Amino acid sequence: MRAFRVYAIKQGTVIDHIPEGKGVEIIELLSLRKWKKVVTLGMGFTSRKLGAKDIVKIEEKELNQDEANKIALIAPTATINIIRNFKLVRKTQVKVPRVIEGIVKCANPACITNHDHVRTRFYLEKAKPLLVLCHYCERYFDESALTLL
Amino acid sequence: MPQKATVGFKNRDIISIHDFSKDEIQHILKVAKVYKDRPHPGLLKGTILASLFFEPSTRTRFSFESAMERLGGSVISLADAKSSSSSKGESLSDSIRIVEKYCDVIVMRHPLEGAARLAAEISKNPVINGGDGANQHPTQTFLDLFSIQETQKKLSGLHVALVGDLKYGRTTHSLAYALALFGAKLYFVAPQSLQMPDHIMRNLKKIKAKYSFHTHPDQLMSKLDIFYATRIQRERFPDPLEYEKVEGIYVITNKLLKKVKKNFRILHPLPRVNEINYEVDDTPYAYYFEQANNGLYVRQALLALIMGKAS
Repeated sequence: MRAFRVYAIKQGTVIDHIPEGKGVEIIELLSLRKWKKVVTLGMGFTSRKLGAKDIVKIEEKELNQDEANKIALIAPTATINIIRNFKLVRKTQVKVPRVIEGIVKCANPACITNHDHVRTRFYLEKAKPLLVLCHYCERYFDESALTLL
Repeated sequence: MPQKATVGFKNRDIISIHDFSKDEIQHILKVAKVYKDRPHPGLLKGTILASLFFEPSTRTRFSFESAMERLGGSVISLADAKSSSSSKGESLSDSIRIVEKYCDVIVMRHPLEGAARLAAEISKNPVINGGDGANQHPTQTFLDLFSIQETQKKLSGLHVALVGDLKYGRTTHSLAYALALFGAKLYFVAPQSLQMPDHIMRNLKKIKAKYSFHTHPDQLMSKLDIFYATRIQRERFPDPLEYEKVEGIYVITNKLLKKVKKNFRILHPLPRVNEINYEVDDTPYAYYFEQANNGLYVRQALLALIMGKAS
């Protein structure tokens, strides 16, 4: 009998090629702790492209494009696989949105967004390597400076 | 009368130099010249300016309040930030929601970066940024440009040295950007630890600015049109010995001015401490007090434009 490390899902989304260690952040980002169905997190799989990767499987939920694009901020290499009746029906690469609202924190401690009740907003300057501009304090930040709200 | 605008200014917020095109900047300067040439008392009669300075300010605050009074409007102001609601924990958003009901236009200075942008998004009335932390101070940039144009009769293709604390000095950040829009050659003169920060350089590269870095102004003096001096603060240096090493280099004396061109002028956002020797005040190159005076006309122009009373 074949031993499965992660079982196949019948219906839902498989997020593959997540950089190692970022799987947990994706679960937070998509608020999957509140999802009433099964969510599986696999960490440290061998990957030819990344060396090591995480995988997240969400049963009975098909991610929309907006949700997929949010993932690009913390896992730019991720692929989104939509599964229906055990079959892959759509595979897409994530893409950072042009305007990033209310997802990440501004890394500038003197930015008003870290002190007042305001939704953060960043503009995409460059996708690879990632560079964003804060709408409020007008500072640029790369991927290493971004943390989820 | 002010000339016809190529763009609409009515109800517009003045938040960052990045929000303005070259044409718009030129239009503001043109209107400011009208107010410098001829007073317009009564133009803003019945208009109320709320002056919200959550941080100390002398020139910016006085010149805005004076500009409004000279145009016939009136001013309500925060007497002291320490006694305001913000010191009791009120958020900026809430303060703005209240204040906007009492006035027609708001000018504000706040220690947090992006505070004016947020206020502008909340307020239905226009907001003018009088400085938000180390970020922007657009009206200072307009008055700097006005003074440069006044002394050089043009803005394009000038040789301008920005000298002193370029890292923390917000006035040099927006001025460098605006001058680059007009094709200036910029000379950044500062100790290595106080050079232009990366995020400003990124903006300058985006608009293909022409610039070079220097640690000493000596060799540049004969080719400069404008020397824009700023204060180097002792507290910016973790090691006091480092401060003492650079302290004298950036002081302008008559000796430094021996080889300058006839049209050469010195500007400074003020207050000065010891960057410009008092002997320089009596030379034809000193323009910093006239520059401060120009703040009044530029701010009159901005108030009139955004109140829809100048076109």
